[in-house]
Amino acid sequence: MVQLLFFYFAFVVIALGLRIVTCKNPVHSVLLMLVLFFHMAGFYLLLNAEFLAAVQIIVYAGAILVLYLFVLFLVNLKEEVRMSPFIEKGKWLGIVGALALFVTFLRGVKSFTLGPHGTYTIEKVQQLTHTKAMGEAVYTTYILPFEIAGIILLVAVVGGLALAKREKKGA
Amino acid sequence: MVTGFSLPIIAPLGPEIFLAVIGCAVILADIIWKEQRYVVPVVSMAGAAAALIMVTKASGISFNGMYTVDAFSAFFKIVCLLGLMFAILMSLRHLDIMGVQRVGEYYSLMIFSCVGMMIMASATDLIVLYLGLELMALSVYCLVGLLKTDPRASEAAVKYLLLGAFSSCLLLFGMSYLYGTTGTTDMAAISKAMAAGKLTANPAFMMGLGLVVIAFCFKVAAAPFHMWTPDAYEGAMTPVTAYMSVGPKAAGFAALGRVLMEAFPNAHSEWVTAMIILAFLTMAIGNITALCQTSIKRMLAYSSIAHAGYALIGFLPGTAEGASATMNYLFMYLFMNMGAFAVIILLQYKCLVGEALEDYKGLAKTHPVAAGLMLVFMFSLTGIPPTAGFIGKFNIFMAALHAGYTWIVIFAVLFSAISAYFYLRVVMLMYMYEPEREMEIAPSGALSAVLAIALTGVILLGCYPNGILSYASKAIMGH
Repeated sequence: MVQLLFFYFAFVVIALGLRIVTCKNPVHSVLLMLVLFFHMAGFYLLLNAEFLAAVQIIVYAGAILVLYLFVLFLVNLKEEVRMSPFIEKGKWLGIVGALALFVTFLRGVKSFTLGPHGTYTIEKVQQLTHTKAMGEAVYTTYILPFEIAGIILLVAVVGGLALAKREKKGA
Repeated sequence: MVTGFSLPIIAPLGPEIFLAVIGCAVILADIIWKEQRYVVPVVSMAGAAAALIMVTKASGISFNGMYTVDAFSAFFKIVCLLGLMFAILMSLRHLDIMGVQRVGEYYSLMIFSCVGMMIMASATDLIVLYLGLELMALSVYCLVGLLKTDPRASEAAVKYLLLGAFSSCLLLFGMSYLYGTTGTTDMAAISKAMAAGKLTANPAFMMGLGLVVIAFCFKVAAAPFHMWTPDAYEGAMTPVTAYMSVGPKAAGFAALGRVLMEAFPNAHSEWVTAMIILAFLTMAIGNITALCQTSIKRMLAYSSIAHAGYALIGFLPGTAEGASATMNYLFMYLFMNMGAFAVIILLQYKCLVGEALEDYKGLAKTHPVAAGLMLVFMFSLTGIPPTAGFIGKFNIFMAALHAGYTWIVIFAVLFSAISAYFYLRVVMLMYMYEPEREMEIAPSGALSAVLAIALTGVILLGCYPNGILSYASKAIMGH
């Protein structure tokens, strides 16, 4: 049952991912992305990570997609801009490169061996509940990365402000 | 209720925390003292100087081994902080000329990116390393795109952002493989797990290593992952370009060195072949493409790619001698590159003037001092004694020769000879042509200070290199 669900989610995520990139209409892309995010949340549920699943839906599907839509409405991009490539035969080079990379990755995935488990086993996470287990890890062991992530968000705010604010003319 | 948790000692992180506070204070200072434009740079400069002093004092390992403040990281932090201070001094006058109004954000982003670099230099855990890298990169993307009136700046920022995001994906993908096969993100523990499980024979693990190395090659602009460099360097404001060519590069090398020598010392025979190819390609593409550039900023961008190639050679032996050769090379590169960019800024009295190589025709007649300074920095970048560039290259080549990498050194010397053409062409344009038009220069006290320090650095390090050499040789990991 779990395997069946996993393959369903995996298939949909890959198919949607390809469709989003190839889709001509950006609004369709964004709406397909919404479906994609819900399926991603399914992965988290399969991994006993219900908190992450909820965050995935609230933050990505709820907040970030709305931002995307706002941007699309603001720039009013009906047709995508096309430019002639710098290297003429670039397309075939790209396809060959991508195939080579795919084969390499496939080989890597096939020989994957799982390393030793950490302190949080499935039973422990189920007993603690995922939200609490994650909260504990983030606020104790991983407090330093957590704080650095906070500074990154601050930089995003400062940088966004600096880039978006209109310059006063002639001052 | 979590029991048994107490906050780890934060003293080793003192300089980083202090600098982050200064970064916030700068924004506030900009709001409070709106009219006095000098307040913000003075606060930034004082903060950077104080952090520099703190870096020399701080040491220790904290946060369960996630953060290691040793002599190795301190050396790179000093390079990054000096780069920051140079960049602040160079920006003072230039921001007015370019009409940038958001000075608070500008200096604060510079400071935050420096915090990111310092975190990268000290991170001994893959998660911390990744976050430090993002902090640095995000700030620099914004800095590149800050000049909104110039479409080239926006283009450069978008290109840099997209390729940077792509390299971050590769890094995370690689890290996920390393975590999956070893069950840890701690570098020392990865090294142990690798030795215990004989993971070098495992393609999944080696793919993880490869992806991580590729991601850092993006950051240090090593070929064939250098594509973003010329556009980003050309589009950004010149002080930002100067900062980018020194700070993020040094931080990238610090992280690369630590990953290769702390997490993967046992896989040396596996990664060394890849690094030789990367170093060769980087030197070849950097030096040869620089030959046909018409903009001095693009030329220096390719030159910085070529220099990344020389610096990579120092990592090949995987020994302390090689690493310290790379470190003092980066230290010397700081002075000569900052000096060269300072001369460009000096000439940029009117926005775009001073970017084309043609603008340097006859500079020796109109502005002999500027031309003389450029001459010294170009000699140093070529690697002609008695400048610092010579000592730096000499040490790297010696370290590689001692370890038996003869061929790559031969190629490196050949490529250095090629590089003489485009560096000395600038000198030729300045001294052997008649000036075509009147050029005004934009001197300021701060810029003169940068030029004086850079000149002193290049000459002193070239004539009396023993001090820095012995300091770099002591700056090994874990001490």
